Amino acid sequence: MSESAQLDQWRHYLASDPALAAADLDELESHLRDQIDDLESVGLSGDEAFLIAVRRLGRVDDLSREFAREHSDRLWKQLVLGSDASGAAPDRGVALAIAFAVLAAVLVKVPWLWAARPDLVQRNIPVLVLGVLAAYFLVRVRASRASVAFVALAFAGAAVLVNVYPFTPDAVTLVLTVLHLAVALWLVVGVAYTGGEWRSGRARMEFVRFTGEWVIYLTLIAIGGAVLTGLTVGVFTAIGVDAGRFVSDWLLPCGAAGAVVIAAWLVETKKSVIENMAPVLTAVFTPLFTAMLLAFIAAALVQAVGGGSVIDAQREVLIVFDAALVVVLGLLLYTLSARDASTRARWFDALQLVMIIAALVVDVVVLSAMVGRIGAFGASPNKVASLGLNLILLVNLAWAAWLQFGFLRGRLTHGVLERWQTGYVPVYLLWCVLAAVVVPPVFGFA
Amino acid sequence: MRIGKDLVAAAATPIVLGILAEGESYGYAILQRVAELSDGELAWSDGMLYPLLHRLERLGQVESSWVDAPSGRRRKHYRLSAAGEDAFAEQRRQWAVVTDTLRRVWTDRTQRGLALPDGAGA
Repeated sequence: MSESAQLDQWRHYLASDPALAAADLDELESHLRDQIDDLESVGLSGDEAFLIAVRRLGRVDDLSREFAREHSDRLWKQLVLGSDASGAAPDRGVALAIAFAVLAAVLVKVPWLWAARPDLVQRNIPVLVLGVLAAYFLVRVRASRASVAFVALAFAGAAVLVNVYPFTPDAVTLVLTVLHLAVALWLVVGVAYTGGEWRSGRARMEFVRFTGEWVIYLTLIAIGGAVLTGLTVGVFTAIGVDAGRFVSDWLLPCGAAGAVVIAAWLVETKKSVIENMAPVLTAVFTPLFTAMLLAFIAAALVQAVGGGSVIDAQREVLIVFDAALVVVLGLLLYTLSARDASTRARWFDALQLVMIIAALVVDVVVLSAMVGRIGAFGASPNKVASLGLNLILLVNLAWAAWLQFGFLRGRLTHGVLERWQTGYVPVYLLWCVLAAVVVPPVFGFA
Repeated sequence: MRIGKDLVAAAATPIVLGILAEGESYGYAILQRVAELSDGELAWSDGMLYPLLHRLERLGQVESSWVDAPSGRRRKHYRLSAAGEDAFAEQRRQWAVVTDTLRRVWTDRTQRGLALPDGAGA
């Protein structure tokens, strides 16, 4: 092997060390070359000179540790401000993200112009904010005309629907429609995110991963925003200025709208550099949620044996259990999202099966109680919505449990589990559209 | 003779500052100069010099720049900054005290060592 090839190999080996920057490798390489030249000039062969030069440099571990001690900052990836060496491309990314964040912040204030119609704000926020996010992705991935047209059409349709429906004042159905539309539009954002490749299971899984990280980033930004808000009010109170109105009318809505885009940009910027957080949280919380569900089943059994009613079937109960199913589904999804399709079953998968079954048992009990109650007292928009969601999640989790069982027995590959979940995504879209479009007229827009 | 690790570590900074006080230099040349000055007795893993140089640069005692050598090889050259000159002077004073003290301890002991047998004989 030639001296250059040997040096390249050595360099390549060290390049994976985060403590060693490219400039350090340049410096060390130049040192090695000087040393090799000198050794060769006293009669050593190229190979001998290379070996001695590298040996004199010291053990790689020691070298790495010394560099890490001096440059400990390098072990922390600096993303936003320290994006090094990659040149102009990130700057354009920042500018684009900021431009769209500002656009979202401005647009979200537009419905405020009709002071006599406060409901317009509520009706239009998801369409406006998610519309800007979708536009951001369409620009970012340079989407095809067909995807632009599809996304634009979906948002236009949602905008018309939400503004044309004659909701009564303080209508429950308005809240339901806005919530379901927000979820449906989020999935349309997914079409923009994947650049129109929404049919591919891999692209859908990408969007699932994005969603998890986005929620985490948005939460972090919200915490920062809460500190900013509190300080704003506090600081201005000290000089007798009431900032409360500014905060509630401008800082909160505009900040939240901008944060939606900024969080998306952050996720995309750091996704290949930092370990995804959602799967980490999943690993932490899966055992805890499993324990909670099992404890609930045990407590309910004890109550039933003692003669009390199993479930005091109030209206809110079903929503709580919907939330529990959503969390279980999320835990399942983000474990799937972080795994290679070819991995074999581990104890964690058995734990997940226990969790799913516990959730199903709990849900079947609650559901039977609720169906009886709807039969006795009649349906309401909230009951229908939460019942529908519950059934959809129940079907998903029941089949997911069956697949998980097959996976544990080694009859199914991990990819089948993933395909079931990504294939199920259109069901959510369908249900959300249905709930947003059909439920309000059925209940007289009340 | 092998010089202890701690002593090498303590001596490394003043030696590097001292060599750079002679004029601008680069890593490999600094190591050669160390070997030359100590007759090859004082040595450490070559690679360890670089984190040391980077630390001195962070402390503002040396400045660096990439220079193209006539051979076409790029080298990172280091030179002492004004703060480095001060640090060098300070190190020099401190080490002078240490070396003086050591010398006195040893000459003292030698004298006493010579005197003792006389006293015993008297």
